[in-house]
Amino acid sequence: MNSMGTAVSQRGSANSKTAWDVQTVRAAFPILKQKVHNKPLVYLDNAATTQKPAAVLDAILGFYKHDCSNVHRGVHQLSERATDAYEGARDTVRHFLNAKDIREVIFVRGATEAINLVAQTFGRRMLGAGDEIVITALEHHSDIVPWQILCEEKGARLSVVPIDDRGELRMDEFEKHLNPRVKLVCAAHVSNALGTVNPVREIVRLSHAEGIPVLLDGAQAAPHFRVDVQELDCDFYAFSGHKIYGPTGIGVLYGKSALLEAMPPYQGGGDMIRSVTFEKTLYNSLPYKFEAGTPHIAGAIGLGAALDYVTGLGQERTESYERGLLAYATEALSAIPDLRMIGTAREKAGVLSFVLNGIHPHDVGTVLDYEGIAVRTGHHCAQPVMDRFGVPATTRASLGLYNSREEIDALVAGIHKVKETFS
Amino acid sequence: MAGLSDLYQEMVVDHSKRPRNFRKIEDPVRTASGYNPLCGDRVQVFVKLENDRVADVSFQGVGCAISTASASIMTEAVRGKTVVEARTLFERFHELVTCGENAARNGASLGKLAVFSNVSHYPARVKCATLVWHTLRSALEGDEGTVSTEQ
Repeated sequence: MNSMGTAVSQRGSANSKTAWDVQTVRAAFPILKQKVHNKPLVYLDNAATTQKPAAVLDAILGFYKHDCSNVHRGVHQLSERATDAYEGARDTVRHFLNAKDIREVIFVRGATEAINLVAQTFGRRMLGAGDEIVITALEHHSDIVPWQILCEEKGARLSVVPIDDRGELRMDEFEKHLNPRVKLVCAAHVSNALGTVNPVREIVRLSHAEGIPVLLDGAQAAPHFRVDVQELDCDFYAFSGHKIYGPTGIGVLYGKSALLEAMPPYQGGGDMIRSVTFEKTLYNSLPYKFEAGTPHIAGAIGLGAALDYVTGLGQERTESYERGLLAYATEALSAIPDLRMIGTAREKAGVLSFVLNGIHPHDVGTVLDYEGIAVRTGHHCAQPVMDRFGVPATTRASLGLYNSREEIDALVAGIHKVKETFS
Repeated sequence: MAGLSDLYQEMVVDHSKRPRNFRKIEDPVRTASGYNPLCGDRVQVFVKLENDRVADVSFQGVGCAISTASASIMTEAVRGKTVVEARTLFERFHELVTCGENAARNGASLGKLAVFSNVSHYPARVKCATLVWHTLRSALEGDEGTVSTEQ
């Protein structure tokens, strides 16, 4: 069995300037070795969740086998080890995002909770009747609904920047949406339904020029390229562990410390307090103020291992490999008659969304599954995007760093099989 | 596991591409809408009753091959049936697509509907096959609201 051995040797090879060997990368992911319906598994649903390398699985199991204890409490050996591992993972995240201060890294359940946290703390404090929150037409439901709930509560307005026929944000429209009533701008770094990479530096620059803070939903960006929050200068950044080869149930909210300090706590409970009496409770300092209750310790450790894996592989190499694979796949799919790509932005990452003339995506998904190919079909938690393109649903193939050109060829063959089935 | 051709039998593909009774009935006695928010499928069923019998039945909407074929074959199957007979047929059909042919009693008497027996091997697709039936039941009960697969 491959376990640490493969992961370590891969990390070693990342520093050398060797060519990308996708088979070596695949060997680090035990789940990829299986067959589905007697065909080799072709996993192309990475925008939904990614598979986990052995290094991540070993880190999680290792914690439970050897170091399991609660954090920040005990004086005993195991608690110290657990605390070191948990806080070590936080430092790994800080490095990964290039955050200035480790106190700016808050562990949450995922990008969804990160956005809800900002809505329920920053949003609740800052937003008043008649104020506005600006989002884009590309957002995932998780970057729409928390703001709708907040706006409804406060009598505020959700203002949506439209996209064009390619699925690119209308930057000419964006500026028009900024005004003194806007208290926050929220944008996906990469669209989950279309793969569009938003011009986030421009979004931050224009918003800051009006004194408006910016939240970026990086759930679909962090897995594909290097994210530097200081360089982006965003005020909040959210991402999920499970979409970047880490476990489910863990994610990160980055926030600039000045903003986080000024925000009220999110949930009340243990770990987020300094002292409690029935008369008054003093809250803990950052980041613990936002981490009530026993955190997902094993999850954070697994996430740390995942980020080590990704950075060890070399994010520039990964990005360049995936870019080539996306171009290869885009060309191959576009050549199929009766196939319409949904989302043809000039800057894209990881996602191929398409419809086949006269064939419903669910039928496409079922036939592909029979060929061992896992894709997502449906509205991808982005119904407004579907409405924009006049389709109820699409089929979405989304790429990860372990996908090969052979798998894209299998997808193309699978789509031809779909067409035969319904011819 | 049933093969793919068992799910997408010729009759299913045929009815999905050329759905029967795909039209609106003007002045229907009963109509109801169905919606599957998970995939965006929508269907509207129209029923004309005469003496408690289904004198005419039709549907419109967008959906996958399974849901379109299920709607098409359903309209053929319930025409001429009494309201009670139609409801009983739905119960048997539901058993067929959730439990499979062997578990479903009276499999033979389902006629063309038996073509959906392999849906039971694809749990994610059961709702595709049953949405239109839930919608029909709603129409027969005179419930004008929208039926959703997600309650």
